[in-house]
Amino acid sequence: MKKITYLQAMREAVRLEMIRDTNVFIAGQDVGVMGSSFGQTAKLLQEFGPQRVVDTPISETATVSLAVGAAALGLRPLITMEFMDFMAVCMDEIINQAAKMRYMLGGKTKIPMVIETLCGGGSSAGAQHSQCLEALFTHIPGLKTITASTPADAKGLMASAIRDDNPVIFIGHRGLLANSGEVPEGEYIIPLGKADIKRSGSDVTIVTWSAMVQKSLAAAELLAKEGIGVEVIDLRSLIPLDKECFLNSMGKTGRLVIVHEAVGTGGFGAEIAAIACDEGFDLLDAPIKRVTAPFTPVPFNSNMEKEYLVNEDKIFQAVKSLYE
Amino acid sequence: MKIGKDKMLNLYEIMVKIRQFEEKAKELFLSGELGGFLHLYNGQEAIAAGVCANLTDKDYITSTHRGHGHVIAKGGKVDRMMAELYGKATGYNKGRGGSMHIADLDTGILGANGIVGAGMPIAVGAAFALKYKGSNNVAIAFFGDAASNRGTFHEAINMASVKNLPVVFICENNGFGISTPQSAHQIIKDVSVRAGSYGIPGITVDGNDVLAVYENAALAVSRARKGEGPTLLECKTWRQYGHFIGDPEKYKDPEDQKKWLERDPIQKYEEKLLTLKLVTMDELVAIKENVKRSIEEAVSFGKNSPQPSPKEIYTDIYAK
Ligand SMILES: Cc1ncc(C[n+]2csc(CCOP(=O)(O)OP(=O)(O)O)c2C)c(N)n1
Repeated sequence: MKKITYLQAMREAVRLEMIRDTNVFIAGQDVGVMGSSFGQTAKLLQEFGPQRVVDTPISETATVSLAVGAAALGLRPLITMEFMDFMAVCMDEIINQAAKMRYMLGGKTKIPMVIETLCGGGSSAGAQHSQCLEALFTHIPGLKTITASTPADAKGLMASAIRDDNPVIFIGHRGLLANSGEVPEGEYIIPLGKADIKRSGSDVTIVTWSAMVQKSLAAAELLAKEGIGVEVIDLRSLIPLDKECFLNSMGKTGRLVIVHEAVGTGGFGAEIAAIACDEGFDLLDAPIKRVTAPFTPVPFNSNMEKEYLVNEDKIFQAVKSLYE
Repeated sequence: MKIGKDKMLNLYEIMVKIRQFEEKAKELFLSGELGGFLHLYNGQEAIAAGVCANLTDKDYITSTHRGHGHVIAKGGKVDRMMAELYGKATGYNKGRGGSMHIADLDTGILGANGIVGAGMPIAVGAAFALKYKGSNNVAIAFFGDAASNRGTFHEAINMASVKNLPVVFICENNGFGISTPQSAHQIIKDVSVRAGSYGIPGITVDGNDVLAVYENAALAVSRARKGEGPTLLECKTWRQYGHFIGDPEKYKDPEDQKKWLERDPIQKYEEKLLTLKLVTMDELVAIKENVKRSIEEAVSFGKNSPQPSPKEIYTDIYAK
């Protein structure tokens, strides 16, 4: 094990997969000389050359479908999209082309591609550079949608995403890029569709993902001081979804709180709540709570953004409210 | 083309105002007073100034992530802009937008925009409305060279041309999209050649020469006003700083940077005004001093303005 950052871990996984499989290539804006805006692809151009580290024009629609076409012919593209918000400009390519091609063609082809993107607020980046839009993708059959909350997860899940034979949306979080943690060296794979219990507890189950894992862990620490044992489940992979993990936990705790950074309305937390009711109603001793952003765009002003974002205190209060 | 002394000095003042605003914003950003992202317009001042000098408050513009210059040239007030950079309640967007989204409908500014290439079709929509209402006003879309590779550029120009709408597309070709040089994102040298595909005039001018920009924009705007349809005007220029403040700019050739700094649009224009003996150095200094005062006032307005209430995030999502 060595300590590296979340950003380095993402990049390391990509690099190792590129060494392992010459069909893997990267395409995206400023991925070459600049190594991407946040350094996601730093030095990969020097190592793999311009045929495999491809700078694209600002043409997201053409870039995503370049990946679809190339994947149909057996390559394994990794497309970068610096801000998740920009994915809105190429939704046809993602939703109607990448996600549906295999099914519509009667299973005659597969589309092994990854879109690596970053979500998240907290830096006054405003309404078009801060969103968490995972629910747009979890709604679409044919796509896999995954997140990572730690450097080790970022590495293991990125490697799996690249090896997967389907279109995968890999959603990193900008606020986590500089976090460092222990990461296994060399090949490291975490299968998609396996949640991870980041903290065990017997009183309340928190289901969460991405940057909200850390916030939930911090809240759990405070709640422990009040005698409430919180189990924090990091879903990691939203689709495919490891529902056994949280249903089992609910069997133990009888209480469920769902935490995500995205707006609550139509969010993926609603899906979790619905599954918990459908399949775990008898396990519940209290109403399900969701802690999410309000149904508003992300504001620029930092005080307003604080009001908007989920924080430890909001999670703490939601858990406490189950005991009132 | 005839252009009076007043107008010539006005162009100068606008350019100086943009430059000083940007320098101040940079200083405040680096000292940690301003948050978010900051994309500066230094080096491109002649374009906003030269184009907007042909417009009235009833004409509209759409802008980009690099929008401060457009907003100032179109008549935006620096105090309310600065307040917006500070995220204050008195800012143009009540603190909700920040640098990348400054807008003022009263002066025809439909907003800076965080999505590259998003402004062009919106300007086409504004032009549609202006024509629909029977006015002779026009809409202007500012965008960069790299934005001309988005589908929105092609769709917007085609739509505007086939509907003969009063819109002018102003491409500010500063040679880069973030770190990617123009030669790596398109094989044409002049973005203006793309106009030919849509049957509209395409012109390339020196974007560091404010009078050249002014005159060519005047022709394009007057065509649009007369109902003769859209024009694509490309202005060649140079982004003097990085893509955003904090960008180490490793991709820039120092020789190119040096060459272009010698062609600084404000410096060049100053020399021209002095050579033509239109002004004295004292007059130019006086203009700069005046602008400096207004920028200082803008900063203290921004700094001392009240914070919006955090509860304000729940307002203005839907029209009542
Ligand atoms: C649709 C979209 N893709 C990518 C980005 C990220 N981005 C912001 S500015 C920029 C470069 C724009 O270059 P250009 O249009 O030439 O304008 P300039 O920055 O040179 O003024 C990029 C890629 C974005 N904001 N929106």
